[in-house]
Amino acid sequence: MEFFLIKLVLVLIVFLVSLGVAAYSTYAERKIAAFLQDRVGPDRAGPFGILQPLADGLKMFMKEEIIPTHADKFLFILGPCIMMMTASMTGVIIPWGHGLEINGTFYPVQITDINIGILYVFGVVSIGVYGIMIGGWASNNKYSLMGAIRASSQMISYELAMGMAIIALIMTTGTLSVREIVEQQHGIHWNIFTQPLGVIIFIICAFAECNRTPFDLPECETELVGGYHTEYSSMKLGFYLFAEYINMFISSAIISSLYFGGYNFPFIDQLGLSPNMLSMLGTLIFFGKIFFFIFFFMWVRWTIPRFRYDQLMHLGWRVMIPLAIVNILGTGLYVLFKNGQLHF
Amino acid sequence: MNPSLPFFVLATLSVFSALMVVLSRKPVHSVLYLIFCFFTIGGHYLLLNAQFLFAVHIIVYAGAIMVLFLFTLMFINMNKELEPHKSNLLKGAATIAAGCLLLVLVAATKGAETLPAISKTSDIGTVSNLGKALYGQYLLPFELISILLLTAMVGAVMLGKKDVE
Repeated sequence: MEFFLIKLVLVLIVFLVSLGVAAYSTYAERKIAAFLQDRVGPDRAGPFGILQPLADGLKMFMKEEIIPTHADKFLFILGPCIMMMTASMTGVIIPWGHGLEINGTFYPVQITDINIGILYVFGVVSIGVYGIMIGGWASNNKYSLMGAIRASSQMISYELAMGMAIIALIMTTGTLSVREIVEQQHGIHWNIFTQPLGVIIFIICAFAECNRTPFDLPECETELVGGYHTEYSSMKLGFYLFAEYINMFISSAIISSLYFGGYNFPFIDQLGLSPNMLSMLGTLIFFGKIFFFIFFFMWVRWTIPRFRYDQLMHLGWRVMIPLAIVNILGTGLYVLFKNGQLHF
Repeated sequence: MNPSLPFFVLATLSVFSALMVVLSRKPVHSVLYLIFCFFTIGGHYLLLNAQFLFAVHIIVYAGAIMVLFLFTLMFINMNKELEPHKSNLLKGAATIAAGCLLLVLVAATKGAETLPAISKTSDIGTVSNLGKALYGQYLLPFELISILLLTAMVGAVMLGKKDVE
């Protein structure tokens, strides 16, 4: 019973933190855009415009709700629901910290450490495509449909390279559990040093999966009005946009826990702090890494222009996938060499 | 509470969604019911503690193959007028053929080992056990299947090419 209660509280905290971070990512996006373009950005609501996300949320709720006449009503509503649900489901397997020891009992700061770990993320992400496809199709609008088809083909293409980057990572770590992968990177033994190519492939694919610039073709407004969410209004549109920010938060968390040590940091053993203090410090540092990657997502958005669709497909199939295969072969040789099974 | 209640709930949902695949008027709805059906079947794998099989089932079937199905259906505008009319003879033949297949499938389970529908202790489906079985006991069939898949892939590329002499 106690176990159940703790997990419930943890689920609630992770959910609320994802929502909070996503809400303030919208603010950060506008402020960073303003900074990079030498503007002031939102500064009306509260000091430095800090209440802007609340004002935006309120605006979304107050807007008129429109469902197109010839739309498939049930699927039209289902689309944003799936999108939001899958976005908030992936946070479950991320180890947010090592864990706290209270009265002799150890409480890991992770909702669940399932045996299939990283595959669960892939499962959920691959379901997320349906949110866009169903929404785009149910709108009964050709621009929405084009946006949905672009989005889904882009996501399927980049999922392949992403999966192959993960295979190479699993070959060196020997486990699928995200917690074990993070534990292995104690101190500064981060996976980026054994998988430099894998990191680059994974991050590029994460950009494509989140539909972020330079791969934001599904909502390419110069060609497709608003892409798959052209017909959406009010909070349903809000959900689509919001889910993108949650996805960005979660993928930053996954990138930092798989390749950048998660809650580990250099000189962790030399500090001489109690395990609980170290664990809390680790969580803070993990969030620092996450925020850095969120900033990186935004930095790239205002630096690199959008790709053309054929360039996107070319990059996905002819560059990323062969590179990922080369990475797998190289990692295989590396693992054999490290275990002393390779003789020259 | 009946310990096999989760099984019966899932089984009912599977049968219902499988029926709706056939009975739905719109092709897109059929595909969505099929995806739902895959999820319920994935639920059965979870009840048997086969987490890896569950993940792969969802990623491959629900996440990749059905996306392509949906993809194709969205491009084709299926109209009632364009649907080819099928004669009664054809319908009868189809029913008999499908019935025979059902008979074969049911008969195949006769000699099979029976397992409890819900098992918490079995760790047969965990990644490490499955890996050991595939790369140890069943190595040859596993490698043969990879050749089969490669052949199918090459064949699909050949068929998909537009200008082949």
